[in-house]
Amino acid sequence: MTWRDPGLYDYLPYDEKRPRITWPNGARVAFWVAPNIEFYEIDPPRNPSRGPWGKPHPDVVGYSYRDYGNRAGFWRMLEAFDRCGMRGSVSLNVAMCEHHPEIIEECARRGWELYSHGTYNTRYMFGMTEAQEREVIQDSIDTIRKHTGQKLDGWLAPALTYTERTLDLVADMGLSYVCDLFHDDQPSPVKTKSGTLVSIPYSLEMNDVIAYNVNLVSPRAYGDIIKRQFDRLYEEGEHSGTVMCIPLHPYLVGWPYRMKAFEDALRHITGHDKVWLATGREIAQHFIANHMADFARASHKVGAAP
Amino acid sequence: MTGMPPEYLQYRARKYGMDHDRYDWSILPRRKKVEWPGGARVALWVMPALEWFPIDMKGKPFKPPGAMQTSYPDLRHYTLRDYGNRVGIWRMMRSFDRMGIRVTAAMNAAVATRYPALLEACVARGWEIVANGQDMDHLHYEGLPVEDERRQVATTLEVFRRVPGLKVRGWLSPAKSQSKATLDIVAEAGIEYCCDWVNDDMPYAMRTAHGPLVAMPHPIDIDDHTILVQNHHSDDEFREQLCDQFDCLYDEAATQGGRVMAISLHPWITGQPYRIGALEKALQHMVSRKGVWSATGSEIMDAWKAQQ
Repeated sequence: MTWRDPGLYDYLPYDEKRPRITWPNGARVAFWVAPNIEFYEIDPPRNPSRGPWGKPHPDVVGYSYRDYGNRAGFWRMLEAFDRCGMRGSVSLNVAMCEHHPEIIEECARRGWELYSHGTYNTRYMFGMTEAQEREVIQDSIDTIRKHTGQKLDGWLAPALTYTERTLDLVADMGLSYVCDLFHDDQPSPVKTKSGTLVSIPYSLEMNDVIAYNVNLVSPRAYGDIIKRQFDRLYEEGEHSGTVMCIPLHPYLVGWPYRMKAFEDALRHITGHDKVWLATGREIAQHFIANHMADFARASHKVGAAP
Repeated sequence: MTGMPPEYLQYRARKYGMDHDRYDWSILPRRKKVEWPGGARVALWVMPALEWFPIDMKGKPFKPPGAMQTSYPDLRHYTLRDYGNRVGIWRMMRSFDRMGIRVTAAMNAAVATRYPALLEACVARGWEIVANGQDMDHLHYEGLPVEDERRQVATTLEVFRRVPGLKVRGWLSPAKSQSKATLDIVAEAGIEYCCDWVNDDMPYAMRTAHGPLVAMPHPIDIDDHTILVQNHHSDDEFREQLCDQFDCLYDEAATQGGRVMAISLHPWITGQPYRIGALEKALQHMVSRKGVWSATGSEIMDAWKAQQ
C-alpha cells in the first residue's frame, strides 16, 4: 500500500486563531540561511529510481559546474556572510568532511551549524531498507560529530529523496528538525512514530536552484524576490513570529555576476531591527520549548478524502 | 523488500580531494596571486563560437544547444545558425576592431573549410583560433569508439594546421561534451589547453595520459545562449550581467591577484542588429577601466603558466 496522504501533519489554518509565536527579543522574523554544501560524485553507483547526471558519463559540464561551488563560489559567499554578520546553517553532504575539510573548518570556526543533507548528493534514499537508511543517518551523526563536535539536529534529505520511513527514522535517531516539508511559513509539529520532530520552513521559492535553474530569473530579480518575501513576512511577523529561510548553493549564488544582488538582499534583511539572525537548530529548539505543544493542540484532524 | 545492493552504501573515493585523478582540489582564494602583464587586474577573454549545424544532424548522444528543432528539413534553424557565420560575426568584428579587443574564436573545422574567407579574416586580425571539433553534430562522448574520436580530433586539427602561420593550441569540445578519453586524445594531438570544464574562474592544471593540460575558465553562465536564449532575459539584463560579473572580478583582483573575465558568444544570437549594442556597452564598460588586459586564450595561459 502506498500513501495517498503522507499523514505527517494535521491541518492548522494560518488565521487569527493560530497560536501566536514569540521569538527572542521581540523579533518578528526568525531568519536563517541554509547553504547546501554538496559533493556530487562523477560516477556513483546507480539508483534505479534516479540517475545522477543528465548526460552520459562523464557529464563534464554537470560535474564541473557543481565543483565550482567548492573551489570558488563558497569562498565568495563566505565573505558576503561575514560582511553582513550572518551565520549559515549548512545543509551538508557529510562526505565533504573528508573531501574538502577546509570548507568545514571555516564553517565550524564561525559557529555555523552543520546539519545533514545525506552522504553525497548523488546517493539517493529511494529503495533503501530500514537498516540501510539507519546506516546513512548514523554516518551523518558520526561524521558531523567527529569533524565539528556538533550534535546533528537537522535533516534535509539528499537530493530530496525519501522512503516512507525517512522522517520516522530521523526522529527516532534523535534529530529534532527537518527541512523537507513546504506546507507552512511557520514551524510545525511533524507526526512521527517516536521522538520529537519539527518542520522548519526552508522554502523552495527562495532556493537559488529554483530561482536560477527552474524559474530562470536574473540575479537582480532574485535579489528583489528575496526582499519582497522578507518585507511581507516582517509585516506579518508583527502579529506572530514568522520564519524566512534562504536555501543557497555556492555553485549558483557564488558566481561573480550573482554575488552583489544577493549581498544587497542579505544586507536589506540583516539591516532590520526586529530580525532574529538564527540557525535552524536555534529556531527548532525555541519552537519546541515554547510553542510546539500549543500548535499540536490547536491543529485539526484531517478529514477523509471521498 | 531487498533494498539497495551493498555497494550503494560503500564509498570507494571518500577521501581528501577529488573523486577522480584529472585535477587536484584547489581553493581559488588560497592560491598564489597571479600577475597579468602591465599589472592588469583582469584579463578580458572574448570568445565567439563559429559553429556549423548540419541540417540532417543526428544529435547523438544528445542535441547540443542550438541544434535543429523541427522535423527534417529544419530550414528555419539551419539558416538562422548560419546567419551567425555570414552576417553576425562580421558585425561583431567591426565592434571588436573599433574597441581594439583581442578575440579568440572557437571554430568548428567545418566552418573553416566551408567559409575560408571567414577563417582568413580572423587570422588576418591576429585572432586566436580554438579548435571547436569537426562540427556541431560530431560530439565527443563515452561510447564513441576511441578510434573514431581520435579521427575526429585529427580531422579537425588537420584543417587548421594546414593554414600557414596558424597554430592551434586550444580545444573546445562541441557542447563541451567529452568521453573519458577526450583530454588524453587532444593532449596527445598537441593541444595545450581545454575550455570544457566550468569549475573555476582561473586557469588550472589537469592531468592526461600524455602530460599536463591547462583547463581554461570558459563559462556557460556568461554566455549569450544561456542568458538570452535559455533564460529569456532581455538584452539590457544581458549587459547588466556581463557588467556585474566584470565588476565583481575587478574588485576581487585588488586583493586576490589577476582574474579572467571570459565571455562566450554566439554570433547568430549577439550579432543581431538589435543586440549588438548591449554587447558593445558591456565591453565599453570593461575596457574603459584601468588595468584591463584584452588577451587571447594562449596569451592568458602563457602568462599564467609562467608563474606556476
